[in-house]
Order: sequence, then C-alpha cells, then structure tokens
Amino acid sequence: MAQVLVVTSGKGGVGKTTTTAALGAALAKSGKSVVVVDFDVGLRNLDLVMGAERRVVFDLVNVIQGDAKLAQALIRDKRLDTLSLLPASQTRDKDALTAEGVAKVMAELKEKFDWVVCDSPAGIERGAQLAMSHADQAVIVTNPEVSSVRDSDRIIGMLDSTTEIAKTGEKMPKHLLLTRYDPARAARGEMLSVDDVLEILSIPLIGIIPESQDVLRSSNLGAPVTLAAPESAPARAYFEAARRLAGEKVNVTIPTEKKGLFDWLFKRGAA
Amino acid sequence: MSFLANLFNRRSSAPVARDRLQILLAHERASVGDGKSDLLVQLQKEIMEVISRHVAVDQDKVQVKLDRGSGCSMLEIDIEVPGIEQTPKEKGGKPHSA
Repeated sequence: MAQVLVVTSGKGGVGKTTTTAALGAALAKSGKSVVVVDFDVGLRNLDLVMGAERRVVFDLVNVIQGDAKLAQALIRDKRLDTLSLLPASQTRDKDALTAEGVAKVMAELKEKFDWVVCDSPAGIERGAQLAMSHADQAVIVTNPEVSSVRDSDRIIGMLDSTTEIAKTGEKMPKHLLLTRYDPARAARGEMLSVDDVLEILSIPLIGIIPESQDVLRSSNLGAPVTLAAPESAPARAYFEAARRLAGEKVNVTIPTEKKGLFDWLFKRGAA
Repeated sequence: MSFLANLFNRRSSAPVARDRLQILLAHERASVGDGKSDLLVQLQKEIMEVISRHVAVDQDKVQVKLDRGSGCSMLEIDIEVPGIEQTPKEKGGKPHSA
C-alpha cells in the first residue's frame, strides 16, 4: 500500500523543498518507487532543486484540468529511475487546484508508486491544506528559531483538524525534522536546542539536519543533497530519517562533517 | 585544507546555478505573467489536434519530452500510431460510402 507523506512547516524558507527532494531521493535509493509532488502552485521550485526545470512540459494543474495525462506530466529522474517528479504549475490562478482534482490525482499516484511525497507551499491557506489533505503521515520541517517553532505548532493543529484522516476521527502520525541545526551554538545556549523544540511541540523526532554548505551547493547543481553529496552530514541525516519513515528503528544522531584528507579527496571525486 | 575545499566548493557550484537560472528565467519571462502559455506546450497541443484528426491516437501512448536550452529547445513527441490503414473508418463510426 502506497504511503503519502506531506512535507510541511507553515513558515517559508525552512527547507521543505530541500527536504522533499532529499527524502524522496533517499527513499528511491532504497529501491522503492517514489514520486515527489510540488503543491506550490504559482511559485514552483521543486523542479529547480531536482534539476528538472528544463524538462517540464505539463504540471499538476494540467492533469487536474484534463489537458494532460498523469503519465505525460511525470518527469523521470535522470540519475535514479525509481524517482519521479510531478511539477506545480506557474499559473497565478489560486483556484486552479480543486479538492476533487487533487483527490483524483492522488488516487492515481498511489496506484503507481510506493511513496508519494508532497511538498507543501508555505502558509496555512488552500495550497497547504490540499497538500496535506490526503497524507498518511507528515514531516514538519522546523528551524531552531522562535517564529518557525510557532508556525509549526499551527500546522500541527491543522494536520489534526482539516485532513482526510482527521475527518475520520484519527490522528495523523507526525514527525519533527529539525533543519539548519548548529550543535555548537545550541550547546552555548545561542540557539534553541533539540530538547527545547521537542518539549514545546511534543511530537516525535525523525531527524536532525545540521547546517551545512552542502545543501546550497546541491541546490546550485540541481540535485537532492542525498544524490549530490551522499557522504555529507546533511545527506547522512536525511538517509537516517528516510529509514525511520520506512519503519526501521534507528537512533537519531547528528551527523558531523568529515574533514579528513581522505574524505576531502573522496568528496571531490564524487562531485 | 577544509578552507581550500570550501573555497573550491563555492567556486564550482555557483556558476552552474547562475547558468541554470539564466536559461530558466529567459523562458519563463517569455511565457509567464502575461497569460500567454508556453509556446512549446501550445505547439504540442496543436500538433496533437492535427494528428488526432486523421488517426485514432490513444492519449496514454503519447510521450512528450522537452529540453529547454539557451540557444535552442528540443520538443520530442512520441506517438504510438495503431495500424494506420484501418483507423479512419474505425474511429469515424459510419462508413462514408453508404
């Protein structure tokens, strides 16, 4: 049975798209078939982070409006054939996404793939609600920073009130993914610590992604960090998180940058 | 050593990002905003209309691939055409000779 995962946060710029790409690629690398779906209609960016921006012909709205078949809109990743992308459209029409249309596309995607990973737009409006509506579980991307934690709390409330799962009276499984974390600053008391955030939001932790230059470098190159720099600290953290999502019991660690000469050479060779 | 690595990292990826953005934005500025749809998507639609006027085309057997470049773009349309000789009467429903 396919699993639908929504990557959401409320606040913008915390790493939803980076996370969608990295987790999608990590799950696909484990052999599962994965589609990453961009719900940010009007401001699509997942195509750019995945490096498929030049290949977009049709998008989610074209499929919903019947202008294209789902198979025509899906873009197969060139590096990993178990990974596909369904891009968002660039239209400014806010009502281009309909609840019925999204339901139909999601049902079709669930037949084709093992994992459907939905990249939510920022905010708490229609797009964000539709992105989470059919999810079986949610990853809440949070920065150790006050406004991000507050917005995550709002989103957690929405996950338990507006989604299809919530309408059946059940609770959606939610996972906290802490991104841009700097253990040294947290230790010095300059940044909210993992425990602080967990205590405030009280949902289980799925991973801690350390602040890293490899994230920007990967998006520059148009590749998920788990493909562009699989040995890097953030990639290892994403691989761990993906294993946990798949149901494995793995302790949460904060991977650190390897700085030895060997690793430096290895990283250069792989890049 | 890590300082050198960082320096090298930064130098190597930013030009790629800049080139990718320049190509992408050149296409998007031409199509987004003024309500005009992308020329290539329009082309694909019209080509399909013409072909389906003559041949019964199964929409599921149509693959469209696109590669936007800086100098030129490539639109590749793959259509599986089922036995051309019998299709006109098959889809037309009534034989014209009657």
